[in-house]
Amino acid sequence: MARVATIEAGVEFDLSKQTVRELNDFLHKRVGDSRRVRVFNPDGAHSIAVGVDAALDIDIEGHAGYFAGAMNQQARITIHGYCGPGVAEGMCSGRVHVKGFASVAAGAAAHGGLLIIDGDASLRCGISMKGIDIVVGGSVGDYSAFMAQAGRVVVCGDAGDALGDSLYEAVVYVRGKVKSFGADAHEEPMTAADYSAVEQLLGEAGLRHKAQEFRRVASMRTLYNWNADANQEY
Amino acid sequence: MCGIVGLLVKNPKQRDRLGEWMVPMLVGMTERGPDSAGMAVFGKPVAARHRKLSLYAGNAGFDWTAFEKALRKGLKGELSLAVKANHAVFETDIDPAKVKAWLAANYPGLHVLSVGRSIDLYKDIGLPAEIAERYGFRAMQGTHVVGHTRMATESAVTPAHAHPFTAGDDFCLVHNGSLSNPHSIRRKLEPLGIHFDTDNDTEAACRFLEWRMREGDDLQAALQKGFDEFDGFYTFLMGTKNELALVRDAFSCKHAVVAETDDYVAIATEFRSLAHLPGVNHANLFEPKPEEMYVWRA
Repeated sequence: MARVATIEAGVEFDLSKQTVRELNDFLHKRVGDSRRVRVFNPDGAHSIAVGVDAALDIDIEGHAGYFAGAMNQQARITIHGYCGPGVAEGMCSGRVHVKGFASVAAGAAAHGGLLIIDGDASLRCGISMKGIDIVVGGSVGDYSAFMAQAGRVVVCGDAGDALGDSLYEAVVYVRGKVKSFGADAHEEPMTAADYSAVEQLLGEAGLRHKAQEFRRVASMRTLYNWNADANQEY
Repeated sequence: MCGIVGLLVKNPKQRDRLGEWMVPMLVGMTERGPDSAGMAVFGKPVAARHRKLSLYAGNAGFDWTAFEKALRKGLKGELSLAVKANHAVFETDIDPAKVKAWLAANYPGLHVLSVGRSIDLYKDIGLPAEIAERYGFRAMQGTHVVGHTRMATESAVTPAHAHPFTAGDDFCLVHNGSLSNPHSIRRKLEPLGIHFDTDNDTEAACRFLEWRMREGDDLQAALQKGFDEFDGFYTFLMGTKNELALVRDAFSCKHAVVAETDDYVAIATEFRSLAHLPGVNHANLFEPKPEEMYVWRA
């Protein structure tokens, strides 16, 4: 059983002494009245606070490995450091906030909730996302929003190669430069609804850029139907 | 899946801690590579007319005393042998090509793992912790080190297929990923007289880059040609006598993380292999970008 130290209304785990399995078991089954959980010495361990379904504040006090906060529902998870591949992958609701930078596939295939990355996000940020909102304070790597189906990505810095390749109905807002657009992605005029969406998301992320500085990237929808004459060239 | 680890100690006062810092890095990548491991250590170079050869005997019962005797009889020149289990570092002023020919004729079961003035190379099959223990990695000193833990995906699990691979003098390479065109690279190099020891994909990349450098390219120019030549997935970490270099392919499926402080540069496939390093939580931490070259000098 987990050795759990209760500090005020919160709970502390030390991953140099306890296992990730003990932590996650507590988060899944035994949170009781706890409202805050702090995780010390994460030291790049994988799968910290995955599959949580409780309205908790979880602070990861250091760098996390793969899949931190993946499949989250309800919880507000803050990573006070860098995180490895697949942060908040498959999230449905709640919030994951990375104070450092994020490795590849941040927010992959996630259905909902908000992912905030203060630093840069690596390649394939928001790949196949299905409804999550992602706000990146820095830049995103190549192939970001690849096959993104629903949700919004706000990029305060630049975007790499092939942004939004094979986009469906997700929308990307970019403030900086786009190295190149992926197949079927293009820039569209911002509408009043876009400005207010960007403003709202920046506000939730605590960022002060002006919504007017962003451009809208969305799908041309030419890949929605098979075109036998395209000869595999898109 | 494989694990890559590398460390370059900038602060000369801390170079005696190279092995102590490195072993937990290597062992930390056990889950990514439990079938073999290896490490190339670069230290103070031997005299300009000398070369060191890392020799691997396979079984632990090899009679190094008899070998040394035969060596002294068969080859005329200065030579010394430092033995660790089934491994020895052989230093000599005799031309390495001559040594290799003599070894092939007299001790065909003995493998030359590396040649150079600065490099010592150890690799074997087994868990990284066992290999580190077997060869005393913890006590190793030097300027920089390149390490690897292997989970084989494309060729056999043997000591020869373990990483690092070497080619030429004082050059080694480790690889996380898989190349799609190692055979076409090989077909390009073999007619030039370049010999391959194994059928491993990584060896093709290692020999290609060393060939380019022998043809006059510096490491950066060779890597630029490598970006055009190599097809597949790779994160490569390389060591030369005075450099540690890191590159990733355009798709960068094989991630890596770098931590740099005033004292060291440390590279690992995952952060958990860096977590024990002093001051790492305040290090400049970053992920290398696709097709960019990162080169640190010792």
